[in-house]
Amino acid sequence: MSKPVYVGLDIGSSRTKVAVVDSERRLLGHAVKKSGTDFSVTAGVCLDASLEMAGATRGEIVNAVSTGYGRSNVAFVTGQHKTEIGCLAKGCYNRFPEAITIIDIGGQDNKVIKLEPDGRRNSFKMNRKCAAGTGAFLEEMSFRLDIPLEEMNGLARQSREMVKLGSYCTVFSATEVLEHIRHGKKVADIVKGIFYSVIKRVLEMDSPTERVVMTGGVVAHNPYIVEMAEEMIGRSVLLPELPQLAGAIGAALYALEEKGEANG
Amino acid sequence: MAEEKLTMRKKIQAADRMNRIMADYFYGLDEAATTGKRKVAWCTSVGPAELLRALGYDVYFPENHAAMLGATRMSTDLIPAANAIGYSPDICSYLTADIGACLKGITPLSKAYKGIESVPKPDVLVFNTNQCRDVQDWFAWYSRRFGVPSIGVTSPKNVNDVTEAHVDDVSRQIQALVPTLEEIAGTKLDMDRLRETVSLSRECTELWKQVLETATAAPSPLTFFDGTIHMGPAVVLRGTRVAIDYYKELLAELTQRIRDGVGAVDDESSRLYWEGMPVWGRLRQHSELFSHLKASVLASTYCSSWIFPAFDAQDPFRSMAKAYLELFIVRADRYKETYLKGMLEKFRIDGIIYHDAKTCPYNSNSRYGLPQRVEAETGIPSLVLSGDLNDLRCVSDEQTKTNVEAFLEQIAEGR
Ligand code: SF4
Repeated sequence: MSKPVYVGLDIGSSRTKVAVVDSERRLLGHAVKKSGTDFSVTAGVCLDASLEMAGATRGEIVNAVSTGYGRSNVAFVTGQHKTEIGCLAKGCYNRFPEAITIIDIGGQDNKVIKLEPDGRRNSFKMNRKCAAGTGAFLEEMSFRLDIPLEEMNGLARQSREMVKLGSYCTVFSATEVLEHIRHGKKVADIVKGIFYSVIKRVLEMDSPTERVVMTGGVVAHNPYIVEMAEEMIGRSVLLPELPQLAGAIGAALYALEEKGEANG
Repeated sequence: MAEEKLTMRKKIQAADRMNRIMADYFYGLDEAATTGKRKVAWCTSVGPAELLRALGYDVYFPENHAAMLGATRMSTDLIPAANAIGYSPDICSYLTADIGACLKGITPLSKAYKGIESVPKPDVLVFNTNQCRDVQDWFAWYSRRFGVPSIGVTSPKNVNDVTEAHVDDVSRQIQALVPTLEEIAGTKLDMDRLRETVSLSRECTELWKQVLETATAAPSPLTFFDGTIHMGPAVVLRGTRVAIDYYKELLAELTQRIRDGVGAVDDESSRLYWEGMPVWGRLRQHSELFSHLKASVLASTYCSSWIFPAFDAQDPFRSMAKAYLELFIVRADRYKETYLKGMLEKFRIDGIIYHDAKTCPYNSNSRYGLPQRVEAETGIPSLVLSGDLNDLRCVSDEQTKTNVEAFLEQIAEGR
């Protein structure tokens, strides 16, 4: 029995995310992989993994929409491609249908997107050309501190006395970090300072409205960042079940809206 | 991938004539400099060009040359040469590209115009700091290099209302340049000739305004990207008959386009305003990026900065002063906001793009909350693009593309 599915592919510069939904907007399958150098191949692998999870085949895809950095590099996309900003907005509004500010912390860039109560985009900001406040910054710092990326969250949580970093710049921050190590500061305290600096950089981009949703790979892998952000903003933050998939889900919903609802 | 029909910007026929005019202009300058038949003055874009022309100088504009360095994408390789002698990568990339070109003995003029070997050597350098301080430092470098005087006007800045006191000040400063300029030119200033030059400048500027205002039509027959090219004569030849004749021809072509219902961008679906400098090395890419998305960037502060309604042949010095002071770049934010609101309304704009040029704070108006204020009052969405006029090291094509696409999605969804 054939079941029509709709696919969203979010080809980010660091990770490829794929989501499969049905005509009732239900998420059936998903996958995340390192984008690597051949976007098209990675997208194919991710697509098959998420279709398998959904119990569907490529033949059952009614429409597929791509987004993200590599959005024009995938062959099997049938719908229009959309920007990751549009897809994040759609994905988050689908989960939280109200006026929200979306803060996305991705591998290479950050975004702050504001939505009206009816889901229309009011404004958006992307970070500038540098790595400040992005996943790339965390990767660089984990390398400098010689600790695996996955351990940063646990370490930050152990911190009792955060060490604040003063600089914008990834290179300057790296020097600062080394300086703190030389002065015998605890690694956990430095890691917390690194997390703090990530959130600071993002909050400098725009002022969030009342309801804040956080998304992105950095958020997905470091829940402590969300707790810290809540403390800094002074209120609780909404989190989708799969923060890294928000853009891919948005793309899948676009695919559905573009073709599917009539068939749905 | 769904089949997309790529929408292109259309060529303006008058461009061929403009190319000939610009060639004549540069050959004329080259002749003046190499034979010594006429004196050459270098002038900032809104410096006292009328006075220089009236004194018989051939007038050369380093900013125009710097823009050519940008447009030919030579600048990014030249800027480091200036950086290395102490001119920071954070200051005007017109300046650093142009000085870098001089240090390396390179000019796009010799590629474009056979027989021209270098930029025309100046006899005098004349600046006006109405736009920025960088022009003065730029000319000071050439003054030392060529051993010629650099003189000029130090203008008031950040002016809300241009007052009589401001005009008195600048008018006196312009008049004070006359003796030195007469001495170098070896001739006395003929007031009738100055009046005539001011009157020609006025006429040129009026026509240029009408050219830009054809973009009030929907679809617009012209884009900002066309404007940055076709403003050439208004920049380098204002005060001459040639410029006037050219704009009459261009205006006729654009008016015909309006009559025929021909837009510069096929199926124009959004009308955008560009605030700030162009990214010279990305003119074509940006033009295509927008036209593929059926968006027409059709009006700008930049191209409109060569409209000088104040020129008055009856009162040449004071009216020049007033014209140079009334410029957008000289003004404070209250004035700028009113101006922008007027432009958004006049051209029926759906969205405004602010180019935050890394090396030109003077033309980057997104740094003191202005976009937020204009957006709050007009409800017209805005986008800030980080980039630069000439230093492509500060430009991210991918971020530009994503930002622009997302902005147009936002405009479409807001309808
Ligand atoms: S206004 Fe900007 S681009 Fe023009 S000369 Fe000054 S600093 Fe350079």
